[in-house]
Amino acid sequence: MYAFNYHRPSTVQEALLLLKSAEDGKLMAGGQTLIPTLKQRLAQPSDVIDLGRIKELVGITEDGDAVVVGGMTTHGAVATSPLVEARIPGLAALAHLIGDPQVRHRGTIGGSLANNDPSSDYPGAVLALDATIVTDRRKIAADDFFEGMFDTALEEDELITSVRFPVPAKSAYRKFPNPASRYAMAGAMVAVTVGGVRVAITGAGPCGYRWTEAEQALEGGLDPAAIDGLTVAADDLNSDIHASAAYRANLVKVMTKRAVEALA
Amino acid sequence: MTEHGIGARVARKEDKRFITGHGRYTDDINVPGQAYAFFVRSPLAHARINRVDTAAATAAPGVIGVLTGADVAAAGVGGLICGWAVTGKGGAAMKAGAHPILAHQKARYVGDHVAVVVARTYTQARDAAELVEVDYAELPAVIDLATARDATSVHDEIERNTVYEWELGDQAATDAALGNAAHVTTIEITNNRLIPNAMEPRAAIGQYDVGTGQHTLYTTSQNPHVARLVISAFVGLAAEHQLRVVAPDVGGGFGSKIFIYAEECVCLWASKKLGVPIKWVAERTESFLADAHGRDHVTKASLAMDADGTFTALKVHTTANMGAYLSTFASSVPTYLYGTLLAGQYKTPAIYCEVDAVYTNTAPVDAYRGAGRPEATYLIETLVETAARETGRDPAELRRRNLIQPGDFPYQTPVALAYDTGNYEAHLDTALELADYNGFPARKAEAASRGKLRGIGLSCYIEACGLAPSQVVGSLGAGVGLWEAGKVRFSVTGKLQVFTGSHSHGQGHETTFAQVMASKLGVHYDDIEVFHGDTDQTPMGMGTYGSRSLAVGGSALANAADKIIEKGRRIAAHLLEASERDIDFANGRFTVRGTNREKTIGEVVFAAYVPHNYPEDLEPGMEETAFYDPANFTFPAGTYVCEVEVEPDTGTVEIVKFTAVDDFGKVVNPMIVEGQVHGGLAQGIGQAMLENAVYDPASGQLLTGSYMDYCMPRADDVPSFDVSTTETACTHNPLGVKGCGEAGAIGSPPALMNAIADAVGTRVSMPATPEKVWQAIHGSAVAQAAE
Repeated sequence: MYAFNYHRPSTVQEALLLLKSAEDGKLMAGGQTLIPTLKQRLAQPSDVIDLGRIKELVGITEDGDAVVVGGMTTHGAVATSPLVEARIPGLAALAHLIGDPQVRHRGTIGGSLANNDPSSDYPGAVLALDATIVTDRRKIAADDFFEGMFDTALEEDELITSVRFPVPAKSAYRKFPNPASRYAMAGAMVAVTVGGVRVAITGAGPCGYRWTEAEQALEGGLDPAAIDGLTVAADDLNSDIHASAAYRANLVKVMTKRAVEALA
Repeated sequence: MTEHGIGARVARKEDKRFITGHGRYTDDINVPGQAYAFFVRSPLAHARINRVDTAAATAAPGVIGVLTGADVAAAGVGGLICGWAVTGKGGAAMKAGAHPILAHQKARYVGDHVAVVVARTYTQARDAAELVEVDYAELPAVIDLATARDATSVHDEIERNTVYEWELGDQAATDAALGNAAHVTTIEITNNRLIPNAMEPRAAIGQYDVGTGQHTLYTTSQNPHVARLVISAFVGLAAEHQLRVVAPDVGGGFGSKIFIYAEECVCLWASKKLGVPIKWVAERTESFLADAHGRDHVTKASLAMDADGTFTALKVHTTANMGAYLSTFASSVPTYLYGTLLAGQYKTPAIYCEVDAVYTNTAPVDAYRGAGRPEATYLIETLVETAARETGRDPAELRRRNLIQPGDFPYQTPVALAYDTGNYEAHLDTALELADYNGFPARKAEAASRGKLRGIGLSCYIEACGLAPSQVVGSLGAGVGLWEAGKVRFSVTGKLQVFTGSHSHGQGHETTFAQVMASKLGVHYDDIEVFHGDTDQTPMGMGTYGSRSLAVGGSALANAADKIIEKGRRIAAHLLEASERDIDFANGRFTVRGTNREKTIGEVVFAAYVPHNYPEDLEPGMEETAFYDPANFTFPAGTYVCEVEVEPDTGTVEIVKFTAVDDFGKVVNPMIVEGQVHGGLAQGIGQAMLENAVYDPASGQLLTGSYMDYCMPRADDVPSFDVSTTETACTHNPLGVKGCGEAGAIGSPPALMNAIADAVGTRVSMPATPEKVWQAIHGSAVAQAAE
């Protein structure tokens, strides 16, 4: 990697000041994407601001009818949190499927969401559970957050402080992993929320999205057969050496159906 | 069998240091004052190099020197060679393009080494490498194997990108039998390209001692003596007696570390030129780009049989990808390690094989675990299984009908090899029983009730190991003899040092050879130390590949031990005042036959080093060397049965049962043998389901250049294997052993692929990704409907 200035602030405010004063600063959460990028010399930031020591960003709490996960909380912490397991077991199960143990113990929810890799898992949970992304300056609804491949509603200097997940009646995530990377080739999260059934797809398209046809099909009840009659258009789905868009379209359907089966 | 002798499950001597992080690999070695090399690699698959401007890099901080292909050419450094000259049809000589240690005038694959930057630190070298300006003129990339012969020349002087057109067997008899056959099965089949991925990346330290004129090369090699020979005699960097090659602990090779590579040569050459020891350690990305890849065949083949299912002929045409340059043994892999194995376990009377070897703008392709034999086995066993399905025969029974029988040995195949021994029906029967072959229909029905497609597949493989009789390989164009050497040295106190010319990079030689010596000489296992990997320490040897270490290297050691015993017998006879003819040796004791008078080997060794009371005409000391040249190849064989369940809606394949029954001849350490089979099976399963090296057909960029895209098998990809052995002892080596290192990788792909074909009703190509299997189940129409 190229040389850079390394900072380890202890507050959000300090981190943002450092970012502002840096020529080309980069916030680092768990570093699971940034560090490999730096090692391959594909990025050359002047400053790396490591959020790893900001205590206020770490932790999982219950707040009324929601579970609030700090932005620097690791996937492993979410996967094994008794609170998450008790209140939103589908979210704990999803976190348990991210990467491998090493990734889960370094990678964070805030880092993952800010990066918005199209094959990451968390967008499924955020969209299906109608979560709210809380930043240093505002609250962003899940439906407004994901804007495209590696693109979100976040400003350049905006930092995710927590993610607020309303507790659903129930939820389940089913994922077909890429055999090599074990990222999602397609993942489907289905949740019964106060606002109705929500179906979110990740891995298949440029970024996570809600599958509204499936939501409508499930309004009458969580019947897996309701998915059978749906058609998934492959047009906007990803195609690469691992899977064609047509195969991903099939996986979207199969994973959604399996998630519904898990809830039915 | 003694506690630590031949046949015992002895825990490995080397594992303590490996498991506790005390192994000593090339990167663990640091030479005082060493500098670091970083290679500038071509970002283009095929390009003229108009100019390389090194000025800015040379002036960068810490840089000691920047060297290019022009510097190599100006210094008159020789190139890398292919050590096996394959003669083509009509006696045509093989066409090998020049392979300079730094590319000159032309770059031929993405990752081709164009220049080297040597600096005080690795980071400085890498920083400066970005300042090397190479002016490339891009040429069309030759990537597609099927059309490579009609494409732009990879080497300007070589027409049609053709290294050779080779043939083996009786074309007329084969064509006649095909014409008269009751049934002919024809398939087109691809053996997918693989990237070796040893856990330890390649590394080297080149060092020149200006005081003595000695060169030292530490390198990740499977055969340090061969590296020394090639680097001295062909690359010309040092006289052989002034070059020491050390291959210390090496973390896996799978063939990829047999070859002599440019980077290690450059480190050695530049260390003298720049006056500083130079270390290079490959980054994983470099391993993907520039380690020799494996396999990569496209084949069309036909199997003829008569009305009762007896095979009458096999005809094969293969196009083999050699990559951009001929690697050290590349030419032999699709010929003498492939065409000669096409009889398999069967009595097919007429076989004819043609192989066209072609250049492409991809990394060089050479031997990878199995080397030619996996390609042959996948072809034969796919043909046989397909023929069985086409003619409505049970695949096991069709095989049984055609097996070479125990009474047929020695069996001369129509493709040059003569099998010495075997009992193929024995492992077929054992495997079918262990796999409960007869119970499969019930299991298939039960799986169907759960919505799963269940399939079963067989593979009856044979391989040729124990490379190889020197006269035979010499007549076929090999540049070296393939004997092996072993040295056995007692110390005064009766401890044993054993030196082998073979090399362990994970196989467990230190344990296996100590067991052989414990059994031969009756010395306790803990008192034996095995040394390998240093040309200044061990006798000249040809190294480790082709599952040869025990069959050839172990045989050399066994013969050296016999020399020790014969010398000991003379000493014992003297000490016991008896005739040599009356001295027996067993379990470490020389005994006067019919008496209780004896001398232990320790007492005899002591007498040899402190010869106060000693035969007058005998040299003191107790150290013997033996060179062993095998009389024939060895022929491990086995039967593998794989059972899978497929999810129709995703195409996901689960291996629910895998049974492997191998005949490796005598087994020295069953635990090590099982480990070798487990690893081989995992590697074969990787090829069949997961691994695939993909170059972009237009640009020639490697699309699978990291673990994000190149899928290695992981623990949860493989089942718990059911592994066992049957035994027919090799008839021509002193240990009766055949070799076990490659079998798993050779035999497993067709068993798995045949099981998948059985489950889904049609053949799928390797790797059988979920999408391919899903498409096979649903047909392209369904796939299109889903779009």
